Amino acid sequence: MELSGYGQANAQRLDATFAALADPTRRAILARLASGAASVTELAEPFAMSQPAISKHLKVLERAGLISRGRDAQRRPRRLEAAPLAEANEWLEAYRRFWEASYAHLDALLEELKAKAPKKRRTKR
Amino acid sequence: MKDAGKLDITTPSDREIAMTRTFDAPRRLVFDAFTRPELIKRWLGVRAGWTMPVCEVDLRVGGTYRYVWRGPKGNDMGMGGVFREIVAPERIVATEKFDESWYPGEAVDTTVFVEKGGRTTVTTTVRYESKEARDGVLRTPMATGVAESYDKLAEVLASA
Repeated sequence: MELSGYGQANAQRLDATFAALADPTRRAILARLASGAASVTELAEPFAMSQPAISKHLKVLERAGLISRGRDAQRRPRRLEAAPLAEANEWLEAYRRFWEASYAHLDALLEELKAKAPKKRRTKR
Repeated sequence: MKDAGKLDITTPSDREIAMTRTFDAPRRLVFDAFTRPELIKRWLGVRAGWTMPVCEVDLRVGGTYRYVWRGPKGNDMGMGGVFREIVAPERIVATEKFDESWYPGEAVDTTVFVEKGGRTTVTTTVRYESKEARDGVLRTPMATGVAESYDKLAEVLASA
């Protein structure tokens, strides 16, 4: 993984991805699309929302590159695009590694401090 | 160390990153490990070939903290900030700024310690000044350095 090579374009795309994911309705739409393509009508069904409101969310997802439209002119089914999600996840993974490594050391340190601390109240499992 | 807790990372808003982790220790000890320099040095950013020559903490509202890590090639990575709120051993709010400004402005870190049944759950929420700033964290030497040194992590843990 080569994070240092990330440019402005990637940062902007990532920004759009995270902004799109910040909304629960949009996350639900993505979850629905993970099980297959669907039309706007089908996507609107489970939500207590008008079709224009759903369309607005779809536009945000589309701009972020998270979904695309199928060829069928009648239904125009929306489809999940996996690449931007993978990129967002990769970024979080690098961040996670730093903290997982740090916290693993902290676990060891806390064991040491517990052993040194005077025994009181709580009994260990 | 074997039963290291699960680290959860979420993005609660487009300006924030939140991390949650549970430690098998009472809150007082965890709070100490986060605030006492001689303890911080033992875990924060510890990785193969890196040392922490500077670790200063003036734990009071308006007080500052300063951390510098030195890499295997003698490269330094420094950061610091000002404490805005301290409720020992429950909560710390502090600003965060790295020497090499790859993102604009300062971030604000809120760390909350919750103890339950002798275990402590720590949630740190980092709030950046803008979406652009948060995504600028992408290019941090921290993230890069970690990616590079991850393979050596097993050794470090084994010898710790």
